[in-house]
Amino acid sequence: MTTAPIPDRPATRPARRAPTLDGKRLAAYALIALGAVLTIAPFYFMFVFATHTRSDIFQLPPPTWFGSNLDENYRNLVERVPFWRNLWNSLYLAVLTTGFTLFFCTLAGYAFAMFSFKGREVLFGLLLATMLIPGTLNIVPYALIMQALGWIDQPRALWVPGMASAFGIFLMRQYIGSSIPRELVEAARIDGATEFGIFRRVIVPLTGPAMATLGLVTFVQSWNGFLGPLIIFRTAETYTAPLALRSMQGIANTDWGALMCGVALTVVPLLILFALASRQLIEGLTAGATKG
Amino acid sequence: MQATLKPPKPRRRPSWSDFQRRYAPYLFISPFFILFFAFGLFPIVFNAYLSFHQWQPGTGLGEMKFVGLRNYTDNLTDPTFWQSLKNTAILALLSGLPQHLIAIPLAFAIQGGLRRMQNFVTAVYFLPYITSIVAISVIFFTLFSWQYGVINSVLNALSGLPLIGALFPSEKINWLGEKEYVQSAVAMVVVWRYTGWNMLLYLSGLQAIPRELYEAASVDGATRAQQFRYITLPLLRPIMFIAVTLSLIGGLQLFEEPFILTNGSGGAGQAGLTTVMYMYRTYASYSDAGVAAAMSWLLFIVIGVLTLVNNRAFGRSGLAGRD
Repeated sequence: MTTAPIPDRPATRPARRAPTLDGKRLAAYALIALGAVLTIAPFYFMFVFATHTRSDIFQLPPPTWFGSNLDENYRNLVERVPFWRNLWNSLYLAVLTTGFTLFFCTLAGYAFAMFSFKGREVLFGLLLATMLIPGTLNIVPYALIMQALGWIDQPRALWVPGMASAFGIFLMRQYIGSSIPRELVEAARIDGATEFGIFRRVIVPLTGPAMATLGLVTFVQSWNGFLGPLIIFRTAETYTAPLALRSMQGIANTDWGALMCGVALTVVPLLILFALASRQLIEGLTAGATKG
Repeated sequence: MQATLKPPKPRRRPSWSDFQRRYAPYLFISPFFILFFAFGLFPIVFNAYLSFHQWQPGTGLGEMKFVGLRNYTDNLTDPTFWQSLKNTAILALLSGLPQHLIAIPLAFAIQGGLRRMQNFVTAVYFLPYITSIVAISVIFFTLFSWQYGVINSVLNALSGLPLIGALFPSEKINWLGEKEYVQSAVAMVVVWRYTGWNMLLYLSGLQAIPRELYEAASVDGATRAQQFRYITLPLLRPIMFIAVTLSLIGGLQLFEEPFILTNGSGGAGQAGLTTVMYMYRTYASYSDAGVAAAMSWLLFIVIGVLTLVNNRAFGRSGLAGRD
């Protein structure tokens, strides 16, 4: 051991690196663990209830472990509602919305990031301002317009208005502006490429990570949407999965086992998606708030 | 790099390249603006026009009758409208405040206490946010069940514990059936769903604070509490402002959670009826499009005023210096 005087700064370092299990730290761990358990618990009960009959779910004490009624719950589910059709409707809507959003938002993000044109600042400001409009103002006129267009029960009533989003354009502009060198675009121009050619062959291949984020965010939002589909879809065949679940809950003598089975089938695809790409999704969803 | 290009095409006309270059950006941004005018701006203008007319959508556009401000006065003299506003305000507070009171210490605990597990833990906390609200509400509907629900069972079991038992009810609470509890039940679901989201916002705010600031402060002899007070809090303020604003705007437009939990009815004593729910009911069940449109503008004014108040209260430094 050396007795030479140790400078102040390094002395404090090891203390921070090797944490001792003091009271504060223990309290922090307890808080984190309690919160995590409370967060996970409803998902756990969703899976447990999906394997029980209605009368098993509502007994004392409530079931805490898996039962044996999954087959029958599933059969009751597909008997009461065209559930696979409903899931397909959700998927169809989410895929179309995501596809168009990716294309149009990347295109507009490229324009805002790489071109200097008259009115750019004003138009971009206008775009950001549209994000502040509360959706509430749009509910009644949206329903009336779709009625007038004859788009009730038509998926296009949802994916056409959803083809481009201000958030998406903002995200893509930020990404393209900060990660693709302008020289690359200039070089392509000198080589005689058209602007759309540059978009297709330079911008798109280099925008993968941001497109993944935007795609995931859009997909999740569309998949989970409720108020829009509630206004548009009126017949069981056209329902999206959340609407089908809601319609099962509405009737008397709700078959809770079957309903929970449907809930689980609706939630699982997103859980899988999340497990595969949680980082990208989290970054995308918080980007709008923290960078806005 | 995939950026290599094919050899340049022979130019057809010397002006084409300039022409397409000049107008390309306008073409590229036009889809958003066309969609916005068609499905964003036009509906809002139409909504304003509608709010001054009496109209049952089933009767055709010709039956629209100008009634001046009557739709607005109808709402303002409707006790149910006021009750829905009150419910909305209570729910926004009851569900908004706990989110932040939990999320901030949680973000601290995760930032300071976890290293390797951090990504996993944040992902867990984020799960509710990506789950369909309908699915969540259906799950909680069963958990809130009066006689046989998991939540009551757990609370009753906890009330049997020594010391902390007194904090928990020993009787079963009729969460969704009694008007005293409906709002708490709805608020619990909202808190459950959005706390993780807020925690994540705060965590990203905390991670953006440079470590050197804390090191410099501790060299100067600042205590942990002082560091929190004079470094963390001021630097976290912009994020806090954004998070609170988002909670406020979202909370005042609450619809899906109370709609599913009360089965669309508003619940016992209409305690779970929010203004957006009432507006939807006025349009969809009463077919009174004009009154519903006026209601949306009244709610818009409430949202605007409260956002401004919030802005004044602690936003000023929050917005300064961005973009």
